[in-house]
Amino acid sequence: MQITSQDFKRVSSLKLTDPQLQKAMGNAKGKLVVTRARSILELDNFEDIREAAARIRDFGLQHMDVLLEEWERNATAAGTIVHWVESPQDVNAKVIEIARNHGVRKIIKSKSMLGEETNLNHALEDAGLDVRETDLGEYIIQQSGETPSHIIAPAVHKSKEDVADLFAEKHGRRRLTDIAALTHEAREILRPHFLDADMGISGANFIVAETGSTMIVTNEGNGRMTTTMPRVHVAITGIEKIIPTLEDVSMILRLLTRSATGQSISNYLSFTTGPKRDADKDGPGEFHVIIVDAGRTRILGSEMREALRCIRCGACMNHCPVYQNIGGHAYGWVYPGPIGSILTPSFIGLENAIDLPNAATLCNQCGVVCPVKIPLPDLMRKLREKQVERGLRPWTERLGLRLWAWAATRPAIYSLLTRIGARIGKIAGGSDGVLHKLPPGGAGWTSGRDFPAPKGKTFRELYARRPVAGKGAKS
Amino acid sequence: MSARENILKRIRAANGKTAPASVQEREAVVARLRAHARGPLPSMNWDPLPRFKERCIVMMSTVDQIGSRAQLPQAIASYLRENSLPARGVCWPEFADLDWSAAGLEFQSRPSNGDDKVGVTGTYCAIAENGTLMLLSGENTHATTSLLPETHIAVVPASRVVRAMEDGWDLLRREHGDLPRQVNFVSGPSRTADIEMTLVMGVHGPYRVHVIVVDA
Repeated sequence: MQITSQDFKRVSSLKLTDPQLQKAMGNAKGKLVVTRARSILELDNFEDIREAAARIRDFGLQHMDVLLEEWERNATAAGTIVHWVESPQDVNAKVIEIARNHGVRKIIKSKSMLGEETNLNHALEDAGLDVRETDLGEYIIQQSGETPSHIIAPAVHKSKEDVADLFAEKHGRRRLTDIAALTHEAREILRPHFLDADMGISGANFIVAETGSTMIVTNEGNGRMTTTMPRVHVAITGIEKIIPTLEDVSMILRLLTRSATGQSISNYLSFTTGPKRDADKDGPGEFHVIIVDAGRTRILGSEMREALRCIRCGACMNHCPVYQNIGGHAYGWVYPGPIGSILTPSFIGLENAIDLPNAATLCNQCGVVCPVKIPLPDLMRKLREKQVERGLRPWTERLGLRLWAWAATRPAIYSLLTRIGARIGKIAGGSDGVLHKLPPGGAGWTSGRDFPAPKGKTFRELYARRPVAGKGAKS
Repeated sequence: MSARENILKRIRAANGKTAPASVQEREAVVARLRAHARGPLPSMNWDPLPRFKERCIVMMSTVDQIGSRAQLPQAIASYLRENSLPARGVCWPEFADLDWSAAGLEFQSRPSNGDDKVGVTGTYCAIAENGTLMLLSGENTHATTSLLPETHIAVVPASRVVRAMEDGWDLLRREHGDLPRQVNFVSGPSRTADIEMTLVMGVHGPYRVHVIVVDA
């Protein structure tokens, strides 16, 4: 996926004044927060499960090498063909190689965030392959040539009118505006492709060491189609998706679906272990799993390690006041929201995503709802520290802070400057006591609201004159 | 060195290890895998069968309960008639012996090719916690029957309703040992909310799931 994280400030300003996006985001945000809150009440030991889930994810990180080797041994025993690849480009090359070896022309795809990381669809198209996304949201954005704006609701930024226009144009049919009718139109259009595709590509929510399985969580049924109908199935997965046992997955699933969509369970949980067995009447003849590093081992060895616990539920973005207002595209890469503010700089370099760790109020809503207890605000704070240590902040900000530090460590000068400032502020505030426009540097703050003007006295002046018990106020 | 070796080496380095895992670490991890320890479960103060039926409805399946297997064709015929659905489709081979024609139905025992409107399957077991069907792929348990038709009818023996997914895994390990190609946990009809967060049933999988619990 093309990286535009460097444009965060500019794009997020545009998004804030985009009426269509604001309508779509306003529609979405209440729903997911409320449905999650309701559904976790079904678990009377939610916090215990959450703690256990975090420990299992940590166990997976700590013993990742042994678990992956166990997974590989079990997967191979079931007939799965396992590939290990190091870079995003190698993922695409491996998928294309498998496609060529099997004379594949048409591919159906069930969503994969890793595939977004590697720009897989573009690589496949460039190789002359016909690839179709089948998750409804992913299908919509593929048709409109966009990228996902949310990890589980990729087309959340689009209205039904947008979809109606898109489908009428792409399908060459009468324009429908009813959401159910649009959904069923997509079903009709995609069904023949499921039946005649040569290859299916899926991601994996988890891979299970004990059995050598890959597993996916879906609601639409496209995941089952992709993993069952074509003659070749390729699953791509990051190394951090490793989970020890089926019991561990079962436990984490209680958190995943509730955190993601507020569902007690998703409609389809599919565990795949190897290709079609000899007597089976359906299933792919070959099953390949591509195990991918693409930057993950670097994160594992860094201070951002805990971010690899992520199970991609999207709860952090659903609850983020910044994401709720600007949507996912402003973040400029695959992962938006708080987890994106950590993963994006970690994957593509802090210098290429300078504003993302700062795109947060550190209110810790994300940390509170994260089902695997990733300390998201702490990690963002660490990235902010790194920006300063590495001198990545703009020179104006660095100079400003240095001047402030110089003054703040000299009490007499600080006192004088603040007294002057408070008095000028009072005069500038005029009779209504507010500043309608701050000088450059603070102008953005007053573009949509007023700034309360200082009242003429500094805090230290007022403190010195406070009423003290037993004595009257000094006049 | 291969990509595999490079990745494993980097994982070890990130975890502060300079060499492949020690025998002790490996044995500890493998022991953890074999123990199948369950994580903390939520309270389950309910009887599995009533809970299963109740949760099926929450997941937007419909539920019926009949006394014996022989009543299946009649029960299916009434369901299809009441919902104005076609009186024909495909079924798993385990139902080939039923007297479908006496109930005015035509069900063929074969995998679905995509044109069939109704699919009748059995169930490996049912899970009460969330109204879930556990289906295994296999020679006589075609995956397409529960996936391609618009209507999926699932037959659940009352004796095969367990509490949690963990119980399903235990049952599978005890009865089969290894996992089949695919294990699917199905909870209600296919759905999406990808357009304006509005829930629509029947995207790529079935529009409706009808569960028939059979007592004996």
